[in-house]
Amino acid sequence: MIRPRMRWCAADWVEAQGALIVRAHGLHKHFGALHVLKGVDLEVAERELVFIIGPSGSGKSTLLRCLNRLETPESGSVAIDGIDLLDRRTDLNHARQRIGMVFQSFNLYPHMTALANVTLALRLVAGKSRAEADAAGRAALARVGLADRAEHRPGQLSGGQQQRVAIARAIALEPRVMLFDEPTSALDPELVGSVLAVMRSLRESGMTMVVVSHEMGFARAAADRVVFMDHGVIVEQGRPAEIFETPSHPRTQAFISQIRQH
Amino acid sequence: MSNWDRFVETFFNAKVLARYWPDIVAGLWVTIGLAALVVVSGLVAGLGLALLRSLGVRVLNWAIIFVVDVFRALPPLVIIVLIYFGLPSLDIVPSGFVSTWASLALVLMAFAEEIFWAGLTAVPKGQWEAARSTGLGFGQTLMRVVLPQALRITIPPLTNRTIAITKGTALGSVVAVSEILGQASSAVSNSYNPSPLTLGAAAYLVLFLPVVVFGRWVEARFR
Ligand SMILES: Nc1ncnc2c1ncn2[C@@H]1O[C@H](COP(=O)(O)OP(=O)(O)OP(=O)(O)O)[C@@H](O)[C@H]1O
Ligand SMILES: [Mg+2]
Repeated sequence: MIRPRMRWCAADWVEAQGALIVRAHGLHKHFGALHVLKGVDLEVAERELVFIIGPSGSGKSTLLRCLNRLETPESGSVAIDGIDLLDRRTDLNHARQRIGMVFQSFNLYPHMTALANVTLALRLVAGKSRAEADAAGRAALARVGLADRAEHRPGQLSGGQQQRVAIARAIALEPRVMLFDEPTSALDPELVGSVLAVMRSLRESGMTMVVVSHEMGFARAAADRVVFMDHGVIVEQGRPAEIFETPSHPRTQAFISQIRQH
Repeated sequence: MSNWDRFVETFFNAKVLARYWPDIVAGLWVTIGLAALVVVSGLVAGLGLALLRSLGVRVLNWAIIFVVDVFRALPPLVIIVLIYFGLPSLDIVPSGFVSTWASLALVLMAFAEEIFWAGLTAVPKGQWEAARSTGLGFGQTLMRVVLPQALRITIPPLTNRTIAITKGTALGSVVAVSEILGQASSAVSNSYNPSPLTLGAAAYLVLFLPVVVFGRWVEARFR
């Protein structure tokens, strides 16, 4: 396979660890006249945690959303755990069970309890009985520290708790990879820690993760690789220390120094 | 005879009331049946159209919007008369009851479609994305996630609109439907006394006042 070489790439990781879970190549995406992704390649190895950073509008969310086909790129290829997401014969709904996604705005179903939020797809997509789904749902809520909130509605939970229910909803399906799009950006500062703690424990359990976020402290502590995007391309990527301390590209340097100020 | 006696004689004539109240009660049942048919078929058809519209097929949506706008623009009486007097020239001869039912159901369908549609589009896009990202299909997301939230938003305006249109059953009297107003009118012409109209009005109050009060409760409960 021909793979575009970068300063540091998932292939290096694969040699030591195992299979590639995410293989996205040559992604192009337009919104009208706006060229949002201009030939993006991203590979993520099993158990790897990749951080994506970059200025607003650089295409981070769009890239992430291409990885579960919430957006469809016009060209390129996306394979998750060996499943070609752009193949018309692929059962997308089946494939999406393996790809968990967590959104900035939580997007919990407000008319359902936390447990029902978690069990809906377990019953409708994974085909579990109500009893099986409830057991799996409660286990997932326990993993995010919310076993005692199963019967609460989203409106009765804090932002941090809601986001943890959203994480439980995704991990209950036992995905092969988790995508996080700014999971802590909508939270009050004092609630960020609880969500990051859950993400850290997920990472320790060996979950493959792609995280769009500017939480530099978390990136330093947990990420294997940081990817810097600007204007629809990956400008630079490397180990967190490399990207944060010694970025080589001027645009990366400018961005890092800018987020440092905050 | 004093003015008061004349008033009572005109609107509360005991003999006329005693003679004609069974007719008004019969009319009440016809009104109830007609109203129930209009509400059920109009709401089901309106919801069906709104769900069809959510499929996002452009040509279909133009057709839906056209039909909906036509039936929102036409006065219900005009539709009733068109069906009752117009269709027979196509060798379709609907009764007055069927003409009234069909007309009001079409009007309610049109208004209900717009209200359901507004409710469906008011549900944030993130709800669709969250559900689809867990593998739910379009139909599952629509029925389990989006529609329940949309219905909550639609209940108050839908209740009010449904009450307003259902009162139009009185228009059936124009095409010989023996609902409340129809019965009252023929009783008036037979007795040469307006008292049956008083009974008719009372029958409408008995029927619709609880519904209006219910609508008020719904509005407060689901706001
Ligand atoms: N559905 C859409 N329709 C039209 N334009 C869009 C759409 N989604 C994104 N865009 C545009 O594409 C560009 C990239 O958006 P994207 O959300 O991927 O950026 P981002 O890097 O995630 O930014 P942010 O940090 O603000 O979340 C932006 O200019 C955005 O306005
Ligand atoms: Mg974004």
